[in-house]
Amino acid sequence: MTVFWHELRQGRTAFVIWTASIAFLLVICIFLFPEIKDEMGTVGNMFASMGSFTAAFGMERLNIGTLTGFYSIECGNILGLGGAFFASLTGASIISKEEKDKTAEFLLTHPVSRIHVITEKLAAVLTQAAAMDVIIFILSVLSIRSIGEDVPWKEILLLHGAYYLLWLELAGICFGLSAFLCRGSMGIGLGLAAVMYFLNLVANISKQAEFLKYITPFAYCEGADILSDGCLDIRLVLIGMSFAGIGIAAAYIRYAAKDIHG
Amino acid sequence: MDAIRTDGLTKYYGKARGIEQIDLIVPQGGFFGFIGPNGAGKSTTIRTLLGLIRPSAGRAQIMGLDVVKEREEILKRVGYLPSETAFYPRMSVREALKFSADLHRQDCRKEADRLCERLHLDVGRRIDELSFGNRKKAAIVCALQHEPDLLILDEPTGGLDPLMQREFFAILRERNQAGATIFLSSHILSEVQHNCSDAAIIREGRIIASGSVEELSRTGTKRVSVRGTLDCSALSGVRDLQISQGHTDFLYSGNMQSLLQTAALGDIQDISITEPDLEEVFLHYYGKGGDEE
Repeated sequence: MTVFWHELRQGRTAFVIWTASIAFLLVICIFLFPEIKDEMGTVGNMFASMGSFTAAFGMERLNIGTLTGFYSIECGNILGLGGAFFASLTGASIISKEEKDKTAEFLLTHPVSRIHVITEKLAAVLTQAAAMDVIIFILSVLSIRSIGEDVPWKEILLLHGAYYLLWLELAGICFGLSAFLCRGSMGIGLGLAAVMYFLNLVANISKQAEFLKYITPFAYCEGADILSDGCLDIRLVLIGMSFAGIGIAAAYIRYAAKDIHG
Repeated sequence: MDAIRTDGLTKYYGKARGIEQIDLIVPQGGFFGFIGPNGAGKSTTIRTLLGLIRPSAGRAQIMGLDVVKEREEILKRVGYLPSETAFYPRMSVREALKFSADLHRQDCRKEADRLCERLHLDVGRRIDELSFGNRKKAAIVCALQHEPDLLILDEPTGGLDPLMQREFFAILRERNQAGATIFLSSHILSEVQHNCSDAAIIREGRIIASGSVEELSRTGTKRVSVRGTLDCSALSGVRDLQISQGHTDFLYSGNMQSLLQTAALGDIQDISITEPDLEEVFLHYYGKGGDEE
């Protein structure tokens, strides 16, 4: 587990900054909820009558005056997109940084197999994403309690579970790309997360673009669907996980055979 | 069993030549020099031996183990010192040494402390704050602390001051006497001449000469130094001619009888004819269209 712990130590600062930033925004958002709830009459109507904007975020099917509706729209966007950026960035850089920073030669001239290295690096990415989800979940629950609301355990667990799968999928795809890259991983990581996010907005707005739901992982994190169905869309999740699996498998195949120049 | 053995080892980067048909034998317990200028293929050979890059053709074995199939087993017994080591950011020397030892699954603290003391390396400092020379010392300790059977050193003395270079080679000689094989890649010929028993010379990706350092020095070329006047214009086989204030100095690979007859016609107070040093031998091998850098 030497490489695993090493990666966690190396990624500690980025992890703390991303987790603190997302958690801070999320907690602020939760503390705004009582005010939103009080003004539900005007705010709710406003959110429900913004045409494409309303459709893009699924607000026509959610009641923003309820904690679950508010959490899935406002907090969900912060958590989903913020965590997606972190997972994509981490996944995209964790292999390629070794060649970019020229540390690959140091690492791979030690008696550790490339398969071992890549497995521990993958475990480090997934652990960081899981730790971020758990920390933010705990802070969310505490914040909900502190504003005097009951915690909607099932809904909030489903939402956080979906976001973890979203991060896992993006991290897996970026992990695969990372094995092919020597540099430029940051742009690819951020770009992929942003593109997927916007694909989901487009899929929500246009009926012709609904097929995009099978491409973007944000589709199975759609709060309106999760809250109304009481579960995740397993079909979309399985498609997403197969994308992640392909990315991870590509990383193993490529990294095991590639020439190391850094 | 040889420490290193390669048969027709070849590496191409696309269409670009890396190394071609490298046949190399480094006996176990030897102190072997690998000589060549920048771009000749020294680092490509080393990177192939360490499994960082895959050969395009041929094969290589270290201690009888295949470098492609048995890479991990090999690396347990190898210490590698690159010309420039990139360490991870924000690590102290102590953490870098521990990370390296952990990857070897060994407790190397005792040997690391001994080496750090000899090389005057402060383990509490952060690596990114160290000078190039001190980073090199940290890399030396990483390469030596697990007491490997084979040390592969790529341009190892860059950045070390002369005193540290002397200490470093003293450590290498001790390791060699204790049974370790040393493979020293360098373009500093005096390093090879003073420390190695055997050597190979690589040029444009191919081994052009190998053998004992003593044998390699016997090229049929002599260094001729004359005090007085000597007209060399009629002699063939004269290179590196330098004439200054009553001194004539050149490398001579022509007929000895012709040299003596020419010398008899000149006004000579003193003459010496000696074996050239390895630097001159190197120029001999690279003289005809070599890619000196």
